[in-house]
Amino acid sequence: MEKRQFNIIAETGIHARPATLLVQTASKFNSDITLEYQEKSVNLKSIMGVMSLGVGQSAAVTITADGDDEKEAIDAITETMKAEGLTE
Amino acid sequence: MKEFKGIAASDGIAIASAFRLTEPDLSFKKRSITNASDEIKRLYAAIDVSKDELLTIQQRTLEDLGSSEAEVFKAHVAILSDPELLKRVKSTIEKEKVNAEYALNKVTDGYIKIFNSMTDNEYIRQRSSDIHDVTKRVLSHLLGVPLVDPALIHHQVIIIAHDLTPSDTAQFVPTYVKGIVSDMGGRTSHSAIMSRSLEIPAVVGFKGNLAEIKNGDTVIVDGSTGNIIVNPSDAQKDEYAQKQVDYRQRKTQLADFKYRETSSSDGKHPIIAANIGTLDDLDGAVENGAEGIGLFRTEFLYMDSNHLPTEDEQFNAYKTVLQKMGDKPVIIRTADIGGDKDLPYLDVPKEANPFLGYRAIRMSLDKLDIFRTQLRALLRASAFGNLSVMFPMVTTINELKKAKNILNQERIKLIRDKVRVKPIRIGIMVEVPATALLADQFANEVDFMSIGTNDLIQYVMAADRGNRMVSYLYQPYNPAVLRLIKNIIDACHDNNLPAYMCGEMAGDQTAIPVLVGMGLNEFSMSASSILKSRALIKRLDSREMVTLANKAVTMASTSEEVTAFIRQATNEIQ
Repeated sequence: MEKRQFNIIAETGIHARPATLLVQTASKFNSDITLEYQEKSVNLKSIMGVMSLGVGQSAAVTITADGDDEKEAIDAITETMKAEGLTE
Repeated sequence: MKEFKGIAASDGIAIASAFRLTEPDLSFKKRSITNASDEIKRLYAAIDVSKDELLTIQQRTLEDLGSSEAEVFKAHVAILSDPELLKRVKSTIEKEKVNAEYALNKVTDGYIKIFNSMTDNEYIRQRSSDIHDVTKRVLSHLLGVPLVDPALIHHQVIIIAHDLTPSDTAQFVPTYVKGIVSDMGGRTSHSAIMSRSLEIPAVVGFKGNLAEIKNGDTVIVDGSTGNIIVNPSDAQKDEYAQKQVDYRQRKTQLADFKYRETSSSDGKHPIIAANIGTLDDLDGAVENGAEGIGLFRTEFLYMDSNHLPTEDEQFNAYKTVLQKMGDKPVIIRTADIGGDKDLPYLDVPKEANPFLGYRAIRMSLDKLDIFRTQLRALLRASAFGNLSVMFPMVTTINELKKAKNILNQERIKLIRDKVRVKPIRIGIMVEVPATALLADQFANEVDFMSIGTNDLIQYVMAADRGNRMVSYLYQPYNPAVLRLIKNIIDACHDNNLPAYMCGEMAGDQTAIPVLVGMGLNEFSMSASSILKSRALIKRLDSREMVTLANKAVTMASTSEEVTAFIRQATNEIQ
């Protein structure tokens, strides 16, 4: 199981566009991937789940991947987060 | 005739007949089912058709409107591909043995409730309409009820709708859809964003009962004010038709003149700059194509505060303006505060005649600590752009020399402290008649002069511009005022200095031809006047305007005669 923490720096938090891209990235992998924020956990392959968390600026989130490609999944997601300016 | 208000969502004015975009009847009953897997097949079939439709709409939007508008349909497809959503609908069908319509609606309602509860996140909250929109589309296929297709509209209409879905607006043909009225949504809702990119006038958040607007009613939509008039009178129709013409004209000018440099028809290039009072005015100046800032009033730093602004607070404000304007010239005026402004933290006695009293440079030279703080902030900011500083209400050469001297002392201190300081051009605001008459002498001491007409006119005419009883004496075109202005401009040019103007008169469409004739080098005005003034100057031949200006100062005895000359000279060129 791979786990990584992120601090969200984007002013608008994780809004529609980056949420869609994160979901697209996560959906490419076999692993079960979850996004955890304020003790709530959702499937990162679910756009509705991600948006329903309402992650705002300066939020601390944890992403967990569990499966045969967990390492690659976490790396790719980190990449997307950085490219979208969500985190440093 | 009925009038309504709403939220102004997309600029412009439209007059056309109402087309009610009524919701199709998507009501359904909760039914028990026996074969869950058949019901799930029915659900998937409806979802597949919906996805196909969405891809078509997405493609059309991409072609007609652009990629950011098409983005939302991608999001719709993403919602219909959401594994959690599908899992929940599926398990509701299986566990509760209910029909697909009920199961789908139950699950999406749950999401809409969560999204609507995010009161601190406007963007996400608006997305609940995405879910609603997608749900409707799938329901229409489950129920076999066609959605009303706005693409079928073939005459000019104002769309009246409870809420517009993005798939509705994507099907609008701009030739037929002239305006939009809806009673849901804010300025950031899809209907609002889409109508702005389609440039369709729109009012959202309609306050009132939409049912009062019937199909075929004549409706006026003013998307700039949020006004809606149903079945207007002939006078109102004429009024708004004129407003529509004005609006379109302004827009054309905007497109034409924003990026062009100011030029007369014979190729003279005065500068059109903006007057700004706060940092909020800066965007407007840039959007309207200002070629510089001709007057940055610094009073807001003192007025909007409960303490004297610190050096750093001022430095940051000045730096922001200079950086935003890049290499374009920025003239910052030192504080024009005094008896007429009530500053609780500053002990200034009330005066009988504040406009003739202790204010502006007169106060600065008395309260030197305040003045030095401002000058240091200005000097430090000079490193970040093209800065000029001017002193307000200068009346004697001695005042000017003192002010320059203090500025120089602060410059030397900063340089000694190794602070980066760039050369600054120094000017005065000419608003006192004594200074205007002695302009040739002041010319030896400055790099430029800027004529402050608001005060100059009231001092020349000896009439308080705020007193309605004597407002008839506030006459910008009075030959006495014009002679004095010409004297200032000529004194500048004789000494190879540029002459600027930053009062209301600089943006006055009647005065501009005369000022062009006098050879004024910079017209500084409120941002909203820039484009129409640039358009006006483009029509003027500066040589003809020289003749006009000479006539105005030598042959006219009244303000009315001057305006008659101006009308004559400008009518000839149109």
